[in-house]
Parts: sequence; structure tokens; C-alpha cells
Amino acid sequence: MKAKVHVMLKEGVLDPQGAAIQHALGALGFAGVNEVRQGKVILLDLADGTTEPMIAEMCEKLLANTVIESYTIEIMS
Amino acid sequence: MKAAVLVFPGSNCDRDMAVALRGAGADVTMVWHKEGELPSGVDLVAVPGGFSFGDYLRCGAIAAQAPIAAALQNHVKRGGYALGVCNGFQVLTETGLLPGILMRNAALKFVCKTVGLRVETSQSAFTNGYKAGDVVNFPVAHHDGNYVTDAETLDMLKGEARIPFRYTDNPNGSIDDIAAVLSENRRVLGMMPHPERAVDAGHGGTDGQALFRGLLSELMTA
Repeated sequence: MKAKVHVMLKEGVLDPQGAAIQHALGALGFAGVNEVRQGKVILLDLADGTTEPMIAEMCEKLLANTVIESYTIEIMS
Repeated sequence: MKAAVLVFPGSNCDRDMAVALRGAGADVTMVWHKEGELPSGVDLVAVPGGFSFGDYLRCGAIAAQAPIAAALQNHVKRGGYALGVCNGFQVLTETGLLPGILMRNAALKFVCKTVGLRVETSQSAFTNGYKAGDVVNFPVAHHDGNYVTDAETLDMLKGEARIPFRYTDNPNGSIDDIAAVLSENRRVLGMMPHPERAVDAGHGGTDGQALFRGLLSELMTA
């Protein structure tokens, strides 16, 4: 089975990389970009039978730092 | 005083740290990250600077899961001392031994220069060799030194005088100019600037010597 984990900075946490991307888009002439937030996508190829709580544990222990990041788990197949 | 310097793939300040500790009189053992235990009788664990595991995922995140990190956790739980510098500070926040996290520098640039630090408290084994209000000069060299924590934790750190060094001219956007953080029992210190790179006249300054000597004097009498 495959799962996709999205890791994003929590609301309110300043994202200097996102701000730099927003600035660069403006410089390229793309108007109306109000905000950019950059995150990570982690693709996991897992043994059959791996449960969502097990993936959540992976996120809590390693994949996200929950002080500043939130995560969502998407089971793909 | 017995000290252990942890070594991860990508550590690059481990030998400087060992030289600084030995210069102050410590008996130093280098400990590879795959070891499950620290040498017996270790008083201080130093987590050095560098780019452990290539800074993959998040700086310090993978080192924080290494076998030796569990031994470090136990050492601190038993009341042992720990010093994390630069990447070592990032490892200590990722293990949860210190609050907060170090994010990408606000200007997105790697900063490599000597910075001024104001000593805010001499009330710790690491800062008893300084006087509150002293300004010292230590080098910084990092891309992710922008200390972030929530308002509640910041109030707690301020209220408990757990911010022993502040930047005089903030190089990375850290909240409240924070350059270093102490644990609740004041025995764990994390800092972005490098005291071990300021212990020899050849380094261009020796302001770091007082940190190591103060630590040694407190641990020798403990």
C-alpha cells in the first residue's frame, strides 16, 4: 500500500521560504498572489496491513515536528 | 570531569569541541552515534555542530532518533549535563530536551561571522564564568538558527531566566534575540554561536574559554 504524508507549517508560523517565493512570483509579474506557504510531501510505500494510526505515529515521532508543523495522511491504495 | 562528545555522520565541530573541553581540563571520549550507551561516569554530553545526516528532513531530526540519543535522554533524566552547539542545539530541540525549534534564518541566507552576545545570567554551570551584562564575541555559522517558540513558552523562558545569551545584533531573526536556551533544571544548554571556536588566540578571540572553565569548575566541585 502507498500513503502520502503532507507536512505544512502550522497557521501563524512565519514561513520565510514561502514569503521569498511569493516575492519572486510578484517580481515575475504574477499579480494577486496573496500568500505562499511551502511544505513537504513524503511518499511512503508500506507493507500491506499498515494502519493509519501507525503512519500517524511515524509522523509524530519523525516526519513532522509538531511544535511548528501539522501533517495530513492520505492513503492512496 | 568526564565528557562525551557525540559524533554523527556529518558532524564537523566534534574535534573542536573535544579540544575546547580538554583545554579546560576535561577527560573527553568521542562517542559514535550507533552506540546505545554512554561511557560510564560521564558528567557532560556535548552535541557538536555540523550537518548531522546532511540536515535531511529537518536539521537534527534524524540524529535525534539515533541510538545514542536515547542514552542522552536517560543521561539528562538522571540529572546529567548536556551542551548542544549549533547543529547540537537543533538536535536538543528535536529530542524535546529543550523547547522551541530552529527555523531557516529570516533572511534565508547562511550566516557566517562573529557576533556579539550579551550574557543575561551567570546562574548556570555554563555561564558562571561571566557576569550578567558582559558582552562576548563568538562565531556563528548556520542556515537554520532562527529560534521560534510560542508566546507562552517565551514568557516561561524569560520568567525563569533561561535565556543566558542574547544577540546584540540579531543575525537570524530569532524571537527576542535568543541565542541560547537552558533547560528547566539549568543543566542542559543549547546555543547557536560556537564557544569552542573562541578558545585560542589563533581563533581571533578567547571569550569561549570562560564557558568551558566555568563548567569544569562547577562539575569538579559537584
